[in-house]
Amino acid sequence: MEFFRKLFGGRAAPITETVTTAPLTDQQIQSILYSKNVQFDLQQLVAASGQSVGKQRELNEDSLFALTTTLAGNSGSLPLGLYIIADGMGGHQYGEVASNAAIRTVAGHIMRKFQPYLFSLKPTPPEESLQEIMQAAVKEAQKTIQNEAPSSGTTLTAALVLGQQVTIAHVGDSRAYNIYSEGRIEVITRDHSLVKRLEELGHISADEAENYPHRNVLYRALGQGEILEPDIFTVAFPQTGYLMLCSDGLWGVVAEQDMHRMIKDAPTLQRACQNLVEAANAAGGPDNISVIIAQLIG
Amino acid sequence: MGSVYRARDLHFPNVVKLVAVKEMVNTAPDPLVRKTIVQNFEREANILATLNHSAIPRIYDYFSESDRSYLVLEYIHGKDLEAVISDTGGFLPEEQVLTWGILLCDVLSFLHNHKPDPIIFRDMKPSNVMVDHNGEIKLVDFGIAKTFQSGQKGTMIGTEGYSPPEQYRGEATPVADLYALGATLHHALSRRDPRMEPPFSFAERPLRKINPAVSAEVEAVVSKALEYNPEDRFSSASDMKDALLAAAHKTGILSKVSTTSISKGNGIKPLWTFKCEDEIRGTPLNYKNTIYIGCYDNNLYAINAADGKFLWKYPTEGGIVSKPSAYEDNIYFGSEDNRMYVVSARSGKVVWTYFTDGPVRSSVRIAEGHIFVGSDDQYLHAVNLNTGRLAWKFETSDPVRSTPFVANELVYVGNEMGDFLAIDFRGNLKWRFRAKRAITSSPTTSGHMIIFSSLDSTLYALDHRNGFIIWRFRLGKGSISSPYVSDDMVFVGAADGFIYAVEARTAKEVWRFRTEHQVSSSPVVYKDSLYCGSVDGYLYCLEYRTGRLRWKFGTEGQIVGSPLVYDDIVYVGSTDHQVYALLA
Repeated sequence: MEFFRKLFGGRAAPITETVTTAPLTDQQIQSILYSKNVQFDLQQLVAASGQSVGKQRELNEDSLFALTTTLAGNSGSLPLGLYIIADGMGGHQYGEVASNAAIRTVAGHIMRKFQPYLFSLKPTPPEESLQEIMQAAVKEAQKTIQNEAPSSGTTLTAALVLGQQVTIAHVGDSRAYNIYSEGRIEVITRDHSLVKRLEELGHISADEAENYPHRNVLYRALGQGEILEPDIFTVAFPQTGYLMLCSDGLWGVVAEQDMHRMIKDAPTLQRACQNLVEAANAAGGPDNISVIIAQLIG
Repeated sequence: MGSVYRARDLHFPNVVKLVAVKEMVNTAPDPLVRKTIVQNFEREANILATLNHSAIPRIYDYFSESDRSYLVLEYIHGKDLEAVISDTGGFLPEEQVLTWGILLCDVLSFLHNHKPDPIIFRDMKPSNVMVDHNGEIKLVDFGIAKTFQSGQKGTMIGTEGYSPPEQYRGEATPVADLYALGATLHHALSRRDPRMEPPFSFAERPLRKINPAVSAEVEAVVSKALEYNPEDRFSSASDMKDALLAAAHKTGILSKVSTTSISKGNGIKPLWTFKCEDEIRGTPLNYKNTIYIGCYDNNLYAINAADGKFLWKYPTEGGIVSKPSAYEDNIYFGSEDNRMYVVSARSGKVVWTYFTDGPVRSSVRIAEGHIFVGSDDQYLHAVNLNTGRLAWKFETSDPVRSTPFVANELVYVGNEMGDFLAIDFRGNLKWRFRAKRAITSSPTTSGHMIIFSSLDSTLYALDHRNGFIIWRFRLGKGSISSPYVSDDMVFVGAADGFIYAVEARTAKEVWRFRTEHQVSSSPVVYKDSLYCGSVDGYLYCLEYRTGRLRWKFGTEGQIVGSPLVYDDIVYVGSTDHQVYALLA
């Protein structure tokens, strides 16, 4: 050792005190994040998700799918994301069979449509519209559920993000929210539940709706009925905000303003999801909880 | 999931005895699910076996074979009521529907008075009613009768649209069946499928508004059956039957008078008219209280907007079919003589002209210091607004008659081959989309979408940044009418004679309005009215949220250009050579 020290210029012996290394704390991460104010010159789509069986159920009947990627092409690349939440109906047995089938079929159908664009260069966009692709995916899922678990049902809320547009397919009472950075939080789906319909018709007030005994009864669900009319629409991605999908295990127990605060205060999307799930469990966790949050940065 | 087969009973070899064999394939991979399904099937068999009524099919046998279960039932020659409704061109005769209603009350009454326990059918709807070749009806599919369990989370049995509110809550009573019967009659009389509408929304679709031939009496009976609160409905099937009978009795003597007739409308007097030498196919422009409009007599006319007095005309050497544009006291327009003209708005003197190599039928778009215009020479031209010199031109390989649209630093335009192009300000192609036939209409935007119609009978909405199709809306025929966006609704005309209103977010049709001939004119919304011309010669004024006709004004020729509304006055040209100014 002495020999080498001499050879390379006689430096002092290294400090041998023990230095403990540890992962950065949340505060540290937060301060780094805020000091840097994450910016990309190209838009980046990022997403995180969280799930819990809840405190009062033994079985998870929710299913979740989240995929984030980039569609690379010659004239630039586009953010592509597919986010799905399905909540199997507990009153029917095999809710989890239905929600699983829904996720698999819908995601499979949509990803097959995008496969030619993801892995090879196609000069022309698909001939089908995004809304038609979503419609066909839901129809296929309806068939699959009727085959694999007849008379069972599930909710389905699927969001296809392409560029700055979000195309939503929705059945049941899971929800999609636009959450804006200034604090506005907006439900962009319409619950297909009896209680919501009664509220729309003015038969009960919003307050009565909160305590309505049949809050969970749906009038439209995937797998039920022969004709299924999913809500399909396209909206702009909330720039400088978040897109959130969740099952009623979250929105039924955590107030909107609390959701907004938790997302805004969390250092990362992943932590935001975790905090939301924990809040739902802290409020009793009466149902399965699923949440996905996506953000378009840049 | 299952099929129904027509089969022959071979126990009777000497006669042809037909039976219906209902097959249910048990595809569920989960053994517990499979068991439930078989139990449901057997329950249906057991219910049917105990019932003896002429409107209920008789059951002969049931059995299971590996993963399939079968019911052997009486064969019914005929088709179900849903097929009858959809196969009938117009509305079904009221008497016919009334007769079925009375028969269905009969059979429901039989089920509800069943001993020891009443049977609730729970799934009354047109597809569960068979109409046989004698016009008799049979109630089929007892698959869910009596299987209702209340109170469970998410329970939903029955058919959305036909089921009453309480059934979603798990309460099934005889009165619930009467609601569904009311919904069935409503569907049969109105041809409006309740599964396509929000639940419990019948009150928003009064029968007589949709089908004026329905009598007030029958409408009252159907409405009562569809009351939201069970206690407001008929208390029993026999009460409802009595009400239907009473209505039938009354209407038998009532002579039916159609009450709807729309005034022919030409009580409307134009504020002024202005006569040119030839057909007007272009669209007027209002600039500083003057109306500028091109004509097939080769002239561009300047007319006083207030009184219709002639101010000046500028002669070109070809017809003018486009809409002029104004910028800093100059008027810009193209002519079929291959040129684009710039003339002084005040004097009508030419400032400069620009030559293309084909007729100019596209209107001029002025943006970002440039003039963008298409020509039949297959180019999109970008011309410097001040110098009149070409900045660049983009070859599209087919005539460009669509008017370019400028937004998001891109120029959007269609051509006659069906190409739709997004070109940046340097003249480079950003993206391209291809429709199946010509895009003559001019694009417009809504949010992040660029919207246009094509002769391939489609209204397209593309992502303005990359050309991905967000939605397509099917029109009855091709369209050259340019869509108009207002309040999240898209309005467009088509060659099938309809004016369509479509929701911009969902591509759902809100309403459609039929004119008597093709609609090439582009709709315009002003305040709460929509104005649009038709080749049938009329200018239509519709309530834009509902498509209800407010008034129409007839001209002597066709209206192919678009109306202009300014300061509560509608201006429109017609092929009868005249420009009309009407009070909006």
